Amino acid sequence: MTEEAAGLHLRGVSYRYAGTDRRVLQDVDLDVPAGRVLGVVGRNDAGKSTLCLVAAALAPGVIGGRLEGQVSIDGVDSRSFLPHEAAQRVGILFQNPETQLSGTAATVFEEVAFGPRNLGLPLADLVERVEEALDQLGIVDLAPRDPQRLSGGQAQLVALASVLALRPGILVLDEPTSQLDPAGTRLVGDALARLAASGRAAVLVAEHKTDLLERLADDVVVMDAGRVVISAPARDALADGRLLELGVTPPARVSISRAAAAAGVETRLAGAAWT
Amino acid sequence: MAAVAFAVRQWTGPVSMLVVVAVIAVSAGIARRTVPFALATIPLVASILLVNTFLFPGAHDVLLRLGPFSATGTGLAAALQATLRVVAFALSVAVFSLTTSTDDLLSDLERRGVGRRAIYVIGSAIGMIPRMIERAGEIADSQRARGLDTEGSAWRRVRGVVPLAGPMISGALSEVEERTLALEARAFGAAARRTVIRSHPDAQGERALRWAVFVGTVALIGLALSGLLVLP
Repeated sequence: MTEEAAGLHLRGVSYRYAGTDRRVLQDVDLDVPAGRVLGVVGRNDAGKSTLCLVAAALAPGVIGGRLEGQVSIDGVDSRSFLPHEAAQRVGILFQNPETQLSGTAATVFEEVAFGPRNLGLPLADLVERVEEALDQLGIVDLAPRDPQRLSGGQAQLVALASVLALRPGILVLDEPTSQLDPAGTRLVGDALARLAASGRAAVLVAEHKTDLLERLADDVVVMDAGRVVISAPARDALADGRLLELGVTPPARVSISRAAAAAGVETRLAGAAWT
Repeated sequence: MAAVAFAVRQWTGPVSMLVVVAVIAVSAGIARRTVPFALATIPLVASILLVNTFLFPGAHDVLLRLGPFSATGTGLAAALQATLRVVAFALSVAVFSLTTSTDDLLSDLERRGVGRRAIYVIGSAIGMIPRMIERAGEIADSQRARGLDTEGSAWRRVRGVVPLAGPMISGALSEVEERTLALEARAFGAAARRTVIRSHPDAQGERALRWAVFVGTVALIGLALSGLLVLP
């Protein structure tokens, strides 16, 4: 695998769900090289969640539908993977922490071990992976706890740890904080920021909280009606004047700077140029 | 063993099962905790007693007349036997659930080679019960906050079920796809045999006792059903 091929690359990708003719994704081009974080924003129904499913090879691999174009995972076409093979290359985290826990584990340790156990890994290897995943997210102290008795933020971190335990080179996060309260959002946001800064994985994160995205992402794409309409470094994309009309609320920093500028007040919030 | 209560006819099956279950419950120190399980059978037991005692077909040994209905001795005996069977079964389920940790049961089944899908179905079904109860409480609270009357007369309670059941069922169905995808994203479809991470001490004496109970149960049921062993 060449260095350019590592990570996630989409070329001319369109996707239709089974039983419909409507293209939910249309001619999408994206690159998420290893060690980079790409943010995805857009209004509801812009195609963000579908993009996550396609990027994680769950669509069409598990849910069916019709995929056109090419989704390349570490240089290999996503259609050539079985679901459990894809899971070891691309990890995906969904919105709702409750639905991602297996519900069959007595402790967080066993919950995080769920994926590695499915692979039949030797016990020593499994323990090493679980401890590493818990350590990466700073939740080692949760290991003996009952997964059903965690806060929303803690449960989401446990779900993420269970994905990390499969050691994927690519992470896809589908609005990981959308169902969390402010404390949970801060907890998960801090863990994601550490993960992003470690540069271990290529990360695609769909997130409507642009303040969080500004902390995490190197680059941002804005989607509308299944198409990528803005693609730029995060600071530029999140300051683009078209965001509001595309249904995206700019980060507070941008909004405040604009309001201050309109009132003739100078602020030091403004960094890079925005329109 | 609970099958003995139903498979072995007359009094021997249910009475012997009750004795065995009671001995286990007392020696395990859980006798008091089995009481709610026995109480839960009251509605079923009451209907069994009434129907069999007063409406047993072909019985003429009348004990008591109540208007057009007659209680018969044959019916009462059949009702008591059926009652003992139901209670013995309920108590054996109680003893099993109170003495066996779900996690230990699942990991032991796994160790014995039961498929991961079967294990998942059993485990998630058991785990779902408290979650569903919790969710039902949340839905009931939110519906009551919007004026739904779920307390009071039986009719009011029945009318309150629909607005509670609707969100419960639709919520559970809407989660199915995400749960399925989350499982696939954790390599649930891999062909390898799952790693076992819990081991249980299993003494030779306990294994021998389990086999003896199993063989004895099968033999007892076989002999009773074939008519080779006639029991009171």
